Amino acid sequence: MSRRARIAILALPVAFLLLFFVFPFVSIVWEGLASDQTAIGRVLGEARVRDVIWFTLWQAAASTALTLAIGLPIAYALSRFAFRGRAAVEALVVVPFVLPTVVVGMAFSGLRGSIVAILAAHVFFNIAVVVRVVGAAWATVDPELEDAADELGASGLRRFTRVLLPLARPAIVTAATLVFLFTFTSFGVVLLLGGAGQTTIEVEIFRRTSQQLDLSAAAVLALIQLLFVSVLLIADAVLASRRPVLPPPAEQGGRAPRTRGERTFGVVAVLGAIALVAVPLWRLVRRSFVGSEGATLANYLHIGEGRRGGLFEIDPGAAIWTSVRSAALAATIALVVGGLVSIGVALGARSRGIWAIVAIPLGVSAVTLGFGYVVAFDADPLDLRGSTWLVPLAQALVALPFVVRIVAPAMAAAHASLGEGAASLGASPWRALRDATLPACAGAIRTAAVFAFVVALGEFGATAFLARAEHPTVPVAIARLLGQPGSASIGQASALAVILLVITAAAALTIGRGRIGSFGQS
Amino acid sequence: MMRRAIVATLALALVAAACTTSNDSPPASGSSAPVTITLLTHDSFDVTKSVLRGFEDRTGITVNVVAAGDAGQLANRLILASGNPEGDVAFGVDNDQLSELFAKDVFVPYESAGLGDVAPDLLVDDQHRVTPIDHGEVCVNIDMRRYVGGTPLPSSLDDLAAPAFRDQLVVENPATSTPGLAFLLATVAAYGDPGFEDYWRRLRDNGVTVVDGWERAYFGEFSGAGGGEGTHPMVVSYATSPVAEVVFADPPITVPPTAVLTDTCYRQIEFAGVLRGTGHEAAAQQLVDFLLSQPFQEDIPLRMFVYPASTTARLPAVFRHNAATVTDPYEVSPADVAAHRADWVARWSDVMGQ
Repeated sequence: MSRRARIAILALPVAFLLLFFVFPFVSIVWEGLASDQTAIGRVLGEARVRDVIWFTLWQAAASTALTLAIGLPIAYALSRFAFRGRAAVEALVVVPFVLPTVVVGMAFSGLRGSIVAILAAHVFFNIAVVVRVVGAAWATVDPELEDAADELGASGLRRFTRVLLPLARPAIVTAATLVFLFTFTSFGVVLLLGGAGQTTIEVEIFRRTSQQLDLSAAAVLALIQLLFVSVLLIADAVLASRRPVLPPPAEQGGRAPRTRGERTFGVVAVLGAIALVAVPLWRLVRRSFVGSEGATLANYLHIGEGRRGGLFEIDPGAAIWTSVRSAALAATIALVVGGLVSIGVALGARSRGIWAIVAIPLGVSAVTLGFGYVVAFDADPLDLRGSTWLVPLAQALVALPFVVRIVAPAMAAAHASLGEGAASLGASPWRALRDATLPACAGAIRTAAVFAFVVALGEFGATAFLARAEHPTVPVAIARLLGQPGSASIGQASALAVILLVITAAAALTIGRGRIGSFGQS
Repeated sequence: MMRRAIVATLALALVAAACTTSNDSPPASGSSAPVTITLLTHDSFDVTKSVLRGFEDRTGITVNVVAAGDAGQLANRLILASGNPEGDVAFGVDNDQLSELFAKDVFVPYESAGLGDVAPDLLVDDQHRVTPIDHGEVCVNIDMRRYVGGTPLPSSLDDLAAPAFRDQLVVENPATSTPGLAFLLATVAAYGDPGFEDYWRRLRDNGVTVVDGWERAYFGEFSGAGGGEGTHPMVVSYATSPVAEVVFADPPITVPPTAVLTDTCYRQIEFAGVLRGTGHEAAAQQLVDFLLSQPFQEDIPLRMFVYPASTTARLPAVFRHNAATVTDPYEVSPADVAAHRADWVARWSDVMGQ
């Protein structure tokens, strides 16, 4: 299709990113740097800042290595072996990824203060990325390939290192890039669980902004973080262009484990996955049923009671409704914008470069962007300050990369095989898109919608800053409960967290074995 | 599918158009026209709905309350939008932020008639750019269950560094936490500069625990918190935390498990001010008057767990029985805080290896 059509389709996504990401970010950084020209030299000269950058880098590298080490066996077992309950285990593994950091922080509070807490929480959070991305690559491998290697006398380990590992290498690089990106910009986990000297750049930005009123230093730090994230995403895009394109993933494949070794490996990996996810969540669930006099339902029945009648009261029903409505709006916006991007990709735009661009907001500090909104949208016709639209817009920005990552490859593959076929039969390009390509990736679009919804549901950083106080979302309400003394507070916060967990898990289950897998391939 | 996508695109465009007009300010109005004004505050703000409705019904002014993040984020947003404010009145800026806010000319002066009832030591701005509304003290809280029988009770800042109370205290990092900064300022007021550094060396050698935020300190490390999981019997919190322990207890209790060391306190005063650039100065002034009026002042304690600024406001019983009375808190002038905060926090970090 023509270049002009591509430009027309990509116009809205580009306008969206320019308006709601680039403009506010540039505004706030400009504001910070203009008020203090010496800021760059001053901040870079601080030993503390160098320590922070170093800690950010090494904890992200360690978290990534650990997540891969633990996630790869699980990905293998879940993608190569067929067994009863596999879909449920896969859904369970996704749950942590979309949980709000407030909740994860509570689940790991027992380890707090040590680096172990941060690394464990990061693995818990990101295991889904490895399992989904790499598992999807392995799911496409024809079992006969393994059988052939088997017949040629290759041992199980040799089959793995010589056949399966090389086939998944692009997916492993992608998964590692994503995990590194998420842990490099880690905020809530580090703020809630970190001890002395354990500060990421993102947390340092928050400190300078909120505690020291030093927006100039915050701007410099935000630029440093952006620089690292951009280098990472560009490197990923360049590496990806040399990778072979994998065929779209097969429907749920795999076979029953055959040898005793395979069976043992499968059982250990699956039970390990369940334990990894379920143990921290179980701690949280148990806490929600504990009162000062033993087991109780009181935490659930009395959520927010101490604040009744106040303007900023916590009504769990209203908070759930606010959360769900806002997340649904965010998912709609992300789906429209991401869907257009994906159509652009299907029509031949360079997919990796586009993904790198839509992913950059993930690497930008939520605090910085929040202030950016305040500075940028301060005059008519776009005085959005105080508008109820800010929360879904900010959440949509966070959900957008996931939508593109899920929908674009599916759409490109479908268009290549079906749409162009239809076009060659004489259908107009639009018709080919509408009647052949889009129906073929309905599954990916549904998965993307659910994923965008749960990511928005759990978003805390930007939401806490932009949400209207009379209408808190569930994560904001949890944080509010945790901000007051009293024996009821922690129990009720746990109860509300469990409610959020149930909503999230229900949504994640509807993704089922959907094509988040296509994540890694473009 | 495609048609749906187009419909959705159009919807988004409409939404974008709609939200540009959703919060337009009403035209310049005569006294009878309905006015909506915005109160910018922090996320610890609260007021009983009926109390606020009372003001709205009496004056015909509708109040839109916007929480702009934590207290630090509120101050930053006021500074960033100085002259073109997000609202008409700000509430919740504290004495430690005043210098920066005054330097950026955020407020227009207004002398409320209600100031006559305010305790004189809260009146820190003789130009009336800000009006004191409440005050709270950051103090060391102790777990009373740990100091029974013959166990000696700590009382002063010096005690916290004494061997008898080794490994007992939890503090928040002043670089990340508002009560943490307040407690650092208390030690600066008590021991001077550079004397506070030596005091913190003694605290460090006596096994003080530092964490990033109040929640972790109070629920995670302090043994006195209801529902908490900590083991340390002393924590930096607020003078009113014992009251909140009673109010937010489930099942109910009448005696708090914790108490306050009243000689370790730093005073935080919260102010309101009319924002420069408001289009509704008269209504904004009425709102400031309301914040100092009896109904709001008497609503403050159980909604925000701080003390009303007005000396004529009656305290609720649970406050009278359980809140500590702090008579002579430590104070540092706003100008000194603005000039030295970054330096003091940096030197604290050096001493503590944070």
